[in-house]
Amino acid sequence: MNAFASKKSILSVHDIKKSYGAIRAVDGVSFTVEPGEILGVIGPNGSGKTTLFNSILGQIKPDSGRVDFNGVDISGKSPLELSRLGVGRTFQNLQVFGKLSLRDNLIAAAQEFRGSFWGRMLAPSDNGVGQRADEMIDLFRLGHVADLPAGSLSYGQQKLVDIAMAFMPSPRLVLLDEPCAGVNPSLVDGLRDLLVQLNQRQGGSFVVIEHNMDFVMKLCHRIVCMVEGRVLAVGRPEEIQGNRAVLEAYLGN
Amino acid sequence: MTDFLQLLISGIATGSIYAMAALGFTLLWQASGTINFAQGEFVMLPAFAMLIGLSVGLPLSFAFLVAVAVSVLVLGAGFKKLVVDPMRGSGVVAIVVATLGLSIGLKSFVKAGYSAEPHPFPSVFSEEVFKLAGVTISYSDVGALICAGLMVLGLQLFLNKTITGRGMQAVAQNTFAAEALGINVKRMIFYTFAINAILVAVTALLITPTYLAKFDMGDNIGLKAFFAAIIGGFNNSRGALLGGVLVGVLENLAGAYITPSYKDGVALVLFLAVILVKPDGLLGTPQERKV
Amino acid sequence: MSLSKSHIAFLAAGLIALLVLPTMLKTYGLYLLTLWLVYIIAALGLNLTVGYAGLKSLCHAGFMGIGAYTVAILMKAGVSFWFAMPGAIVLCFLFGLLIGFPALRVQLHYLGFATLGFNLLLMLFFRNEEWLTGGTFGIQNIKRPELFGLSFSGNLAFYYLVVFLMVVSAAALAYLLRSPWGRAFAALRDNPIRAESTGVNITAYTLMSFAIGAAYAGLAGALFAPLVNFIEPAPFGLANSLLFLLMVVVGGSGRFYGPVLGSAIALLLPEYLRFAKDWYLAVFGFAVVVMMIWLPGGLLSIKERLQLSKAKRAAQTSDSKAEAL
Repeated sequence: MNAFASKKSILSVHDIKKSYGAIRAVDGVSFTVEPGEILGVIGPNGSGKTTLFNSILGQIKPDSGRVDFNGVDISGKSPLELSRLGVGRTFQNLQVFGKLSLRDNLIAAAQEFRGSFWGRMLAPSDNGVGQRADEMIDLFRLGHVADLPAGSLSYGQQKLVDIAMAFMPSPRLVLLDEPCAGVNPSLVDGLRDLLVQLNQRQGGSFVVIEHNMDFVMKLCHRIVCMVEGRVLAVGRPEEIQGNRAVLEAYLGN
Repeated sequence: MTDFLQLLISGIATGSIYAMAALGFTLLWQASGTINFAQGEFVMLPAFAMLIGLSVGLPLSFAFLVAVAVSVLVLGAGFKKLVVDPMRGSGVVAIVVATLGLSIGLKSFVKAGYSAEPHPFPSVFSEEVFKLAGVTISYSDVGALICAGLMVLGLQLFLNKTITGRGMQAVAQNTFAAEALGINVKRMIFYTFAINAILVAVTALLITPTYLAKFDMGDNIGLKAFFAAIIGGFNNSRGALLGGVLVGVLENLAGAYITPSYKDGVALVLFLAVILVKPDGLLGTPQERKV
Repeated sequence: MSLSKSHIAFLAAGLIALLVLPTMLKTYGLYLLTLWLVYIIAALGLNLTVGYAGLKSLCHAGFMGIGAYTVAILMKAGVSFWFAMPGAIVLCFLFGLLIGFPALRVQLHYLGFATLGFNLLLMLFFRNEEWLTGGTFGIQNIKRPELFGLSFSGNLAFYYLVVFLMVVSAAALAYLLRSPWGRAFAALRDNPIRAESTGVNITAYTLMSFAIGAAYAGLAGALFAPLVNFIEPAPFGLANSLLFLLMVVVGGSGRFYGPVLGSAIALLLPEYLRFAKDWYLAVFGFAVVVMMIWLPGGLLSIKERLQLSKAKRAAQTSDSKAEAL
């Protein structure tokens, strides 16, 4: 077991290292995420956030270190296995099912978690998650476009669909990869309120990678600041904001 | 042993002709994402253009030049402007089906408009043979080999050594980056189509004497070119030469040494093995899985 | 399961037409109509693989051949059609699973190429293994079945059997597509990476879409053999696999009625263009090109395209509300 993790940590990342040739993209990163917590991961470009994210999600294999989810080692698990364990994710670039309607996108994101593979062949069309999809549509205020193909929606709307899909199966942990990227600045506050609501209603834990400082500071309970593959500082938003080292890292010394 | 060498040499000759059609096939794919299921008919059409030229009394050389001009105009510019350009963004399957329709249309057009019969076609090279160390070699095989070899190698030089050729390669690898670098992408793609049109015309000139000019001659040539392109590497133009020669040699040797009924099977098995084991072809580089 | 009233009316009209139409047709017309229904069954299956699950398959005629030869060979060995037909379906299903495995390994267009190779391989087998398939001479005098003393050997009786099986298989497919499986297939088609991270078992659904599609071709083949009484390798070659793809895409791939329309166009339209004599296939071929340029989503995408642009316009007017979250 990970010595750093408390017994009830949802996610504990222990001493992850990943090098590309001579470049140490991630150089011994450790942190934990507690139940119900929203953890922000910030850092300048090239600080290793994406590599870290991909290591947690099994997209790349770290050179060393381990990732425990709910006390179980998940390093090397496939995206399918992770989703079955209760780890959801959003994508930085748009990843929706373009020809399916918005509502079908949401149902598709949750239907596979109920019943057996063969059972779903005979199950009702929405496999019992249609009502939840409608709730999500209401929450995200997407009712007027719910029956349109997701691929025909605006960028901002697709971004919302992407986020809603991640929350559909009520995962215990959601990793959000730059949820604000490409979103109209006037809508960022609304997005933050939405995430706060989801956190309070569903009680899952979030890990958010984001460049928008204002968004992160107002949303997250705790923030990990990464620089050059290492954790520079961990703390509450106000602690990070007042941290000299963090400011210097962002202002380029 | 002499039999083997004879088969080998004529196989290499036929294979290098296949390589030309295969090369055009891969160039179109790289430059514009077009999988051309009418490539065989693209060879058949210049053959009939030459046949018409001959029948009105033109010498073969003039008939060939006319065929090249017609080919560049119709199968190069026309095909690009009227079929490929309007279908940009429609997806590979839609283009495949459109070229399927084109293949059916061209075949039936020639059958109905010209003739359903096979027509003999004069060879550019002498039909005579000579003996070298006991091996009988025909001049037409040597001629075809030299001709096709020069075409393929010349094209390689053009693609690698000239500014235009490099521009075309840049477009094939990354259209956006090429555009950002100030390369005239549209023109480069047109050049690719024009080169394919010239390649199929030369292929027609060299292969029709053995295949005879017939409306459905493209079925076989198209398939062989397709095999050659995949075996060599769909995203690698050098691979087409290797693939073409392999297909030509294998079908010749298999026809002689294995039962003739499974003659086509050997190239097919190689084709399947390549797809399953090394899908990017013998000389191809792995492609990233795209979302 | 709820169908709109107009949809039910459309289905009822179609069914009545299928029941009444043959009384007005001569032998050749009835044969064509039966053949069309057989093609519909096969094309429905290909639409599942290509249109709904987004996998490129170019060996559908080959699967149909497996079905036809299985039935012919078993019936020649004295097995009843009613056992031979399910046997053909199961065998095709298994071959579909087998061919589906490369699909897991080979991404992009290579899958289409691999299946194309498989079809060519099958053709060589049909042609050369004379002891089993009769080679180029084929298998002759394949009898039509009978059941409890009821004979389907007459053209009309056999037609009604095919109508029945077509309706049953279409209904089964419709049910499958409305189940969560249908949505999972579409998810696999639209975005496999996203699908995997939302719990869709890509391996299982890929294999099933191939195998079920092949099973439909198997049923079509099993009906094709007794329909024409005589089978040889030619109808199961690559050209017809390409024609099946054409049917699905021209009709509208990923649309339920696409294959119905597409197979009518590929099979019946050339018949009606016969007045143009030798030119009819040329007209057909170029018409396909024009159609694909104009409507790359297939003929049935006309309606949807108009609706979509209309809906988009409507959505834009209320977009200010939406964007405010």
